[in-house]
Amino acid sequence: MTTSVLPNGERIHELFAMHRRPNPPSALSAVGTLAWRAMLKIKHVPFQLFDVTVMPIMFTLLFTYIFGGALEGSPRQYIQYLLPGILVQTVVFITVYTGMGLNTDIHKGLFDRFRSLPMWQPAPLLGALAGDLFRYSVASAMILVIGLILGFRPQGGIVGVLLAVALVLVFSFALSWLWIIVGMLVRTPESVMTTSFIFLMPLTFASDIFVRLDTMPRWLQEVVGRNPVTHLANASRDLMHGEPVGNDVLWVLLASAVIVLVASPIAMRMYRKER
Amino acid sequence: MLHAIETTGLIKSFGATRALDGVNLRIRQGSVYGLLGPNGAGKTTTIRILATLLKPDAGSATVLGHDVGRNARTVREKVSLTGQYASVDEDLTGTENLVLVGRLLGFSWRDARRRASELLDAFGLTEAAGRLVQTYSGGMRRRIDIAASLVAIPEVLFLDEPTTGLDPRSRNQVWELVRRIAAEGTTVLLTTQYMDEADRLAERLAVIDHGRVIAEGTSRELKAMVGASALHLRLGRADQRERAQVLIARVLGDGVIPGTDPTAVTARLANPSQAAAVLTALSQDSVDVAEFSVGNPTLDEVFFALTGHSAEHPVENGQS
Repeated sequence: MTTSVLPNGERIHELFAMHRRPNPPSALSAVGTLAWRAMLKIKHVPFQLFDVTVMPIMFTLLFTYIFGGALEGSPRQYIQYLLPGILVQTVVFITVYTGMGLNTDIHKGLFDRFRSLPMWQPAPLLGALAGDLFRYSVASAMILVIGLILGFRPQGGIVGVLLAVALVLVFSFALSWLWIIVGMLVRTPESVMTTSFIFLMPLTFASDIFVRLDTMPRWLQEVVGRNPVTHLANASRDLMHGEPVGNDVLWVLLASAVIVLVASPIAMRMYRKER
Repeated sequence: MLHAIETTGLIKSFGATRALDGVNLRIRQGSVYGLLGPNGAGKTTTIRILATLLKPDAGSATVLGHDVGRNARTVREKVSLTGQYASVDEDLTGTENLVLVGRLLGFSWRDARRRASELLDAFGLTEAAGRLVQTYSGGMRRRIDIAASLVAIPEVLFLDEPTTGLDPRSRNQVWELVRRIAAEGTTVLLTTQYMDEADRLAERLAVIDHGRVIAEGTSRELKAMVGASALHLRLGRADQRERAQVLIARVLGDGVIPGTDPTAVTARLANPSQAAAVLTALSQDSVDVAEFSVGNPTLDEVFFALTGHSAEHPVENGQS
């Protein structure tokens, strides 16, 4: 090879000469690395955070001022009731992006590379989820800040608020597994969004996020009262306002555990399987 | 002799489509092997099975003696795959992509960074190291993709259509890369739709069609079947085509490759100098030749010679 069309072609030899293959990474290290990748994507494409900043602010402002007077007498009164729920709704909506991101990675061929590496196979899914938990936290912080500005005063103090956010994150983490399955089933990120919203719309609106359960017709109370999102909204309100938490927290933890136990093995099986 | 890759009777269906219909391959360690075939022939499916991404419905496949199904993890430690579509993250920089792969292979952060910069340097990408891959040209993308496959040196490297869609300069760069990688002892299995690419790079090739290997051998052996080069004629008048074909058959003994274009005639030549004899015969008989050229047989001509049908059959699903 006398003429090289590669600027430093002769260095290819050094690449082979210098190389030693390391031992495959631990599961934790692989997940950590893939979470780092998720953070880098947020850094390079800050627009990704648009949904978790602008949308929460818009939701909180709109619902507080439109419904506030009618439902509780004044927006300031209403936001005491609404804010924990709107936080639940916003974060639950954002879980859809887990499925969309995964769908994109699969169709661009990136997951082919991941799957052909000798690492713990679930790492790419868990790494992506770790990155998503960060996004959920950003969204929660945004809502709390805008809430405080509008007059939200949580009686449960900082501990109550943090416990409520932690509970929302647990439920959202569980829900994300469902969208991972959807992300592997459908062809485009847009279909992930459409499919998920068919479930998310009734899940969030047929709840007591906006209005109290006792204002609804009895038959509807039966339905809404069984919605896990209602339990989650109740639990968040109680925790944030320092009121005694009922069975709602247990209900949410149980629902989350069931979703994870059922959905994650299915998701892993589909991931390992061919596409 | 140890085979880097050995497959026996590989069968794989996607729904009603049979992508692989009994593929048998023996690939010598340390060689460059080409899988030549049109879209949908089964090239990508074969490579995905060998890289442990797909399970065959029937048949067996081993890489360096390890079964790709039972010992998938061992196989993954010995192979790298550069897929047909860029298997790098477009939202990350070149450096970050290589560090990511390095970490996932088990390098420390420091070693992963050092390895990334060595690779970027050797691949002529140092200047673009800090740029997002989505800003890269097609050739640069291919190079970063192949670089990602060399973060840990594989014993077997799979390249799925490494030059499809590249400009000639980038193509030459990838060719040089493949040659240099093979010179270091890594077995390379590449797929291509281009006869000349297979001819330049691969010691041996398998022509694959409808999920079957229809011919196998060195490039010279295949050319002996197909003709070393091809004479392409464009006639001035369609009604002289038949007479031209008769004349060519008389000069060459045989060798006219059937085609559908009414003013085109293609003939396979044992050596390029036969072209002069053909042209002389045609002009003595007043056949109006508008254009002529002598070149490598195209994939389509290889297919005509081997199968009697054109390579361009429609592809129904994305798998190939």
